[in-house]
Amino acid sequence: MRLSPAILAALATAAASGALAAEGDAKRGEALFERCAACHQIGAGAADRSGPALNGIVGKAAAATDGFRYSTALRRLAEEGLVWNSETLDAFLADPRGYVRGTRMSFRGITEAQDRADLIAFLMAADTRDAASGFDVAPETLAIRGDAAYGEYLAGECTACHSSGGDIPRISGMDRDTIVVELHAYRAGAREHQVMQLVTARLGDEEIAALAAYFGALE
Amino acid sequence: MKLNRRLFMGTAAATAMLAAPTVWAQGSGRPRVVVVGGGAGGATVARYLAKDSEGAIDVTLIEPTRKYYTCFFSNLALGGFWDMEDLAHSYGALASEFGVNVVHDWAVGVDRATRTVTTAMGHTFPYDRLVLSPGIDFIDGAVPGWDVTAQNKMPHAYKAGSQTELLKAQIQNMPEGGTFAMVAPPNPYRCPPGPYERVSMIAYMLREANPTAKILIADPKQTFSKQGLFEQGWNLAYPGMIERIGPDFGGENVEVNPDGMTISIDGEEQKVDVCNVIPAMQAGKIAHDAGVTDGGWAPVNAEDLSSRMDANVHILGDAAGQGDMPKSGFSANSQAKVAANAIRGALTDARVFPARFSNTCWSLIDRENGVKVGATYEATPEKIAKVDGFISQTDESPDMRAETYRESLGWYASITADMFGVQA
Repeated sequence: MRLSPAILAALATAAASGALAAEGDAKRGEALFERCAACHQIGAGAADRSGPALNGIVGKAAAATDGFRYSTALRRLAEEGLVWNSETLDAFLADPRGYVRGTRMSFRGITEAQDRADLIAFLMAADTRDAASGFDVAPETLAIRGDAAYGEYLAGECTACHSSGGDIPRISGMDRDTIVVELHAYRAGAREHQVMQLVTARLGDEEIAALAAYFGALE
Repeated sequence: MKLNRRLFMGTAAATAMLAAPTVWAQGSGRPRVVVVGGGAGGATVARYLAKDSEGAIDVTLIEPTRKYYTCFFSNLALGGFWDMEDLAHSYGALASEFGVNVVHDWAVGVDRATRTVTTAMGHTFPYDRLVLSPGIDFIDGAVPGWDVTAQNKMPHAYKAGSQTELLKAQIQNMPEGGTFAMVAPPNPYRCPPGPYERVSMIAYMLREANPTAKILIADPKQTFSKQGLFEQGWNLAYPGMIERIGPDFGGENVEVNPDGMTISIDGEEQKVDVCNVIPAMQAGKIAHDAGVTDGGWAPVNAEDLSSRMDANVHILGDAAGQGDMPKSGFSANSQAKVAANAIRGALTDARVFPARFSNTCWSLIDRENGVKVGATYEATPEKIAKVDGFISQTDESPDMRAETYRESLGWYASITADMFGVQA
């Protein structure tokens, strides 16, 4: 299968600096995430709260969630090129206020290196699982050239909910392959959401390709 | 015809009128679509026709109000979660960004022989296709003792705006331990879960401000939308506050006296402090005047929402007799897109795709306690027919309910952007 660029970046990061994360126990990390969950959401339908949603955080540039009010300190580090990977997350989680002086995140940090590794392992696992990007779409299905005009018509079913952002993601301009993979994941039941499963249940492969061709070409 | 520039927001309309003041928009050479009613059906069809035809179709939208309050989510204003202004939208972007001729006037007549619409201000609009999306009107005499002249004493609040504010003020002024009564409507009516979400929101407001107050529902229906979810929610959130009297106990035999503020259920009269009368409904008046209704609603062909009585007239939303879809803003928006595609196909060389419809209705039971029901639909020769559906489960986790509520806020922002062409 083909993977979206974001996932490839995440995997590359994981491979490069993977020693720590490889030893992390995602299952333990999930329990540790309870401490973060007061402010952060992750997974399907995650939204920004007092902290930004953390989907795809491993491998992502710092302060990169549109519309979230980051501290000046973090934005400055982002301008200098800070990317969240296993290494930088480890350092940040060890001492948030030391690593980003002036961060808005009021969290004292995690002393145990193993706890940090477990948490980072969970952040990576949660991302690949809940973004459904682990879903396998056959190469010949991904290769279908969608009829964008048909997609524009079909999109009428999407825009009633997906026009504005907020707690329902915007899909205009989303990567074409990502749209195909996610819609197939919903249709197969690999990704759960009542409305999305209902709507995708009657989308054929051609229709999914048409929607991806239309939305993928938008700004 | 007298010129009154303030009437017209669409510059194209104003220019056309100056050039040829006696016959509307004549000489443009473009096919003309007139849309009556600027709600979820009318605003959406006007925007999609104008946007997708890229100027090839002359689209006029006739809507009396400059500021439109959505009926959907108006219960949240009753509960105090939203302000009335959060429900308000205007038509500026439809005119300036999409080129719709927005005319703030009442459509009062349709002549299907000459294909013209006349308005209260005395203007005449010729059309090639007419779209009627007038919403609902109440049936006179449906609740004995009540008619529209009693709406200030016993509000319906089933068209959002001043009625919503009036009902809210009355509930806020209820005496301690007082009684709020609702006369629920018989099927079919606008927004099936609406009366019960309203009860939830009023219970929420009373629990905070007047916790010994009571809510009484007289209901002519055996069952209602999301009944299991509402009843479980009410028992948990507002125990002992809400009593519903169904038809087996006289809930269909109701009379009201707005002057005396009494309600009589199955002959038993009682005094109430606030009474919300939601009468039986029918298609908005202009659909009847146009002669396209039968038994209260306007029957349509499922594949393009065209009238079964006139192929040049389409009816959208609450007013349409279409089959299985609930009368909701979401349904009207969904139908509008199918109709827009079919109308473009008929008037230009645009491609026409098979009809497909969907609907989801979210309701709020208590703070951050949202539920939803949804379905997909297809066109059959007989009607718009349900394909598949889902409903929230009882006993869902608080997290899931909170997520459903936040999702509903996202939907509101999106559907209003989809209707009016403005990002919230």
